[in-house]
Amino acid sequence: MRASAACLLLLLGSSAAQAAADKQAFEEIARGRYLAIVGDCAGCHNAPGGAPYAGGLPIETPFGTLVSPNITSDRETGIGAWTDDEFVNAMQDGIRRGGEHLYPAMPYTYYTKATRKDVLAIRAYLETVDPVHNEVKVNQLPFPFNVRASMVGWNELYFKRGTFELVAGKSDEWNRGAYLIEGLGHCGLCHTAKNAMGGDETTRALQGSALQGWYAPNLTGDPRTGLGSWSVEEVIAYLKTGHNNASAATGPMSDVIVHSTSQMTDADLRGIAVYLKDQPAANGESPRPVSAEDRMMRAGEAIYLDNCAACHTSAGTGIPQLFPALKGSPSVQSTNPASVIRVVLRGAQSVATDPAPTAPSMPALGWKLSDSEVAAVVTYIRNSWGNAASPVVTSDVASARQQLSQRSD
Amino acid sequence: MARKLPATDVVIIGLGWTGSILAHELTGAGLSVVAIERGPWRDTATDFPTTYAQDELRYHIRHDLFLRPAQETMTFRNNASQTALPIRTWGAFMPPNGAGGGGVHWNAQTWRFLPTDFQPRTHLTERYGAKFLPEDMTIQDWGVTYDELEPHYDKFEYLCGTSGKAGNVKGQKQAGGNPFEGPRSREYPTPPQKQPYGPTLFAQAAKEMGYSPFPQPSGNLSQGYTNPLGLTLGPCTFCGYCEWFGCGNYSKASPQTTILPSLIRRPNFEARTNCEVLKINLDKSGKRATGVTYVDTSDQEWEQPAELVLLCAFQLFNVHMLLVSGIGKPYDPGRGEGVIGRNFSHQVTSNVNAFFDGKNFNPFIASGAIGMCIDEFNGDNFDHGPHGFVGGGYMGAVQTSARPIVSTMTPPGTPRWGAAWKKAAAENYLSSYQVVTHGSCYTYRDVYCDLDPTYTDRLGRKLMRITFDFHENELKMSQYLTDRLAEIAQKMGPRQIAKRPRTGPYTIKDYQTTHTCGGAIMGTDPKASALNRYLQSWDVPNLFVMGATAFPQNAGYNPTDTVCALAYWAADAIVSRYQKTPGPLVQI
Repeated sequence: MRASAACLLLLLGSSAAQAAADKQAFEEIARGRYLAIVGDCAGCHNAPGGAPYAGGLPIETPFGTLVSPNITSDRETGIGAWTDDEFVNAMQDGIRRGGEHLYPAMPYTYYTKATRKDVLAIRAYLETVDPVHNEVKVNQLPFPFNVRASMVGWNELYFKRGTFELVAGKSDEWNRGAYLIEGLGHCGLCHTAKNAMGGDETTRALQGSALQGWYAPNLTGDPRTGLGSWSVEEVIAYLKTGHNNASAATGPMSDVIVHSTSQMTDADLRGIAVYLKDQPAANGESPRPVSAEDRMMRAGEAIYLDNCAACHTSAGTGIPQLFPALKGSPSVQSTNPASVIRVVLRGAQSVATDPAPTAPSMPALGWKLSDSEVAAVVTYIRNSWGNAASPVVTSDVASARQQLSQRSD
Repeated sequence: MARKLPATDVVIIGLGWTGSILAHELTGAGLSVVAIERGPWRDTATDFPTTYAQDELRYHIRHDLFLRPAQETMTFRNNASQTALPIRTWGAFMPPNGAGGGGVHWNAQTWRFLPTDFQPRTHLTERYGAKFLPEDMTIQDWGVTYDELEPHYDKFEYLCGTSGKAGNVKGQKQAGGNPFEGPRSREYPTPPQKQPYGPTLFAQAAKEMGYSPFPQPSGNLSQGYTNPLGLTLGPCTFCGYCEWFGCGNYSKASPQTTILPSLIRRPNFEARTNCEVLKINLDKSGKRATGVTYVDTSDQEWEQPAELVLLCAFQLFNVHMLLVSGIGKPYDPGRGEGVIGRNFSHQVTSNVNAFFDGKNFNPFIASGAIGMCIDEFNGDNFDHGPHGFVGGGYMGAVQTSARPIVSTMTPPGTPRWGAAWKKAAAENYLSSYQVVTHGSCYTYRDVYCDLDPTYTDRLGRKLMRITFDFHENELKMSQYLTDRLAEIAQKMGPRQIAKRPRTGPYTIKDYQTTHTCGGAIMGTDPKASALNRYLQSWDVPNLFVMGATAFPQNAGYNPTDTVCALAYWAADAIVSRYQKTPGPLVQI
């Protein structure tokens, strides 16, 4: 019943629209559905309990909260009345129907690299989704960020309208990965550090960035803190199932895996893995490991054996597909230890997917370990079994604990 | 007044091991399944985190995971001359509650029954003559054979990742396994757990005495394992908090670690927790179940219509549900007629405590199902002719726990409290060791369940009444097994042993096991069994009853592997036969 009502609405809608799309362009629609997955549209435009693409999800930014708009084809509250050009302008130039500027939480800064054909395929698919009447007040930013006109200047500084260019000398796989990551996949939105104005630090692309109380890890080929130590197959397994023999996805990446990467083709995931592993690591010397004889390391070892070793093993190797390895772990050795401190304090549940539904959890230890104990154990795991990373001090943990106490997630 | 809900294909009463298995198999076959569970939802991450799950006071002493007796209980008496009284604190067994059921807090000892355990009356009569069995013993054949169940045992063990060593693969004896077991189609999914010192010493003594010790099959895994549903379990960490505890290490096979995370992803499955089924509803003919009526925590009654009703609660509550729903003829011990409440049984366990000088067993390095066992005295693996009893059990060094409150052993003659007790407890904690027997419990005409004439539950239903005592056959068996066990214990070289055979009368106060059985048994004759060989009610063919409820009598093993093999066996019959032609699967 619901489906036929939707079809009726679509028919009514199309009779009024000036450039009716081909409603049985099956291949176009199917391609668009897949590209909407690659672009992770649902990650922001689906609210829990809401209809698909009807918006309403609050999105946390460093400047305040935005609420995702309705992108169903409802003519009044969605994008049903938009022309194709208006849709492309929004996706690729950050200018919505009526000329207002979008905020770059909508990753037009990345989507600009997608082809117009791919963008219109997404449009064709969205046209087939049930139109939902859902009025959303998108802009809930405080002054002065709520002034959309400010984005004109921002775009001048940080937005480059672009098209994707194939890189000669790189494989088709590599180039497919580059197209997906630089464009629709918009990995850099989280994984590239931002400047004070929220623009990408382009010289540090994909080298990791702090957001939402986590640190989105380094995705370059860095052997210690990036993906250099993972095989292509391990990257694919991680993106496909949320788990591999070394690690498990949690935090905001869980949503990306559920809505996007778990549904992508193996060929595209392979392209992504090949491209990422080929990205250059940051310059700079590797840190020297803190000495095992250090007072903090010895305290950390004792805490580790009591609280962590049962699952992660005394050798730090973890259990494949279940408990992440700490030995050699890029997240553990991350330049910014926010995620590892957070997981120790708050615990975390990994993502459940159809092929790996267990979703194992780490219990919170913040209620039983003091700031200095957390600092010691985190320093220990960052500097044992061949790991090397800067030590974590008590005040780092105290400030993380304070910041996390303000967060409900 | 109950509010009527839209109909579903299948309603399941109770979401423990069997409910989870049936829900998974039937949703997999495309049916819509609603599971109604009296207790709360439970999951590993939220309910058993390793940061606090190992709390003996909370879980063992205060029974945190079990059903509260104020919500539902039963009355007990040893024999018909007594007046039964309600159980107000659990003692002899621990009724489970909540998603995962007893699968949350079992020890994970994962045994198959012997092939002859499924035809005890036929087998024992052939070997010893009809007069060898006590006149009032009511043991029956199951109507299903070991060979028929073998693929289903295999399926459950591969779901769990059971750690063990096969003794018989396709008829070929395997060194190091149980030489008495029925043939398996393949080796265990994971190798046996590493054995601590106690079981090692026991195995050495048993071997020197000519026995064939083997590692106990364990659902606490020896290594990481990903099951056919994609769920991953980790290796057991020997924390020693298995039985009566949930496992926060993802190491113990349970519905939480092997099925539920997969099941809850299916759109055609729904669980309603904290909802208690009042009764199974029947149509006017009384031969067809129309669904169930249940009550939620807001005291709202709901009617859930369904094409198929699966009764998957704990054994005792299954029997109670049949009695209060008026399904099947209640058992009358006077006439020996009727089927609901018939052939109730439990388990007959015993132990020997051994006190050593100069040995350190580190008994806290424990795991619910770790251990070395022998099976020479189980079932009919030995000639019962000279002994005057039937049945038997396995025995072994099973190092399940050495928790501080209840596991402390003191030598005979030690005061029960005070400075002398403390001194003896401290001196013997590391150097004493308990070995155990785990024996069968056969059934008798005067042992049964019925509705209590006096006491009712909070919902106005009559409580179930248990009438149970050990019989001479079981006490003789326990004495014999305990004597054999004591010989092995003596061979381990202690300075002193204490033999503790099971003695009568049965007490409802002291823990025995949670292996109550029977009451709605399977069989081939509708006059002597409530269920046919597919666990389908003879009286109401769109009702199937799972669990140890169906065991005609109990064998000398822990029941879970057989309970779950039967669940897969029934699921297969429902999917492959009942769904195509609903109706009785066995014609009389």
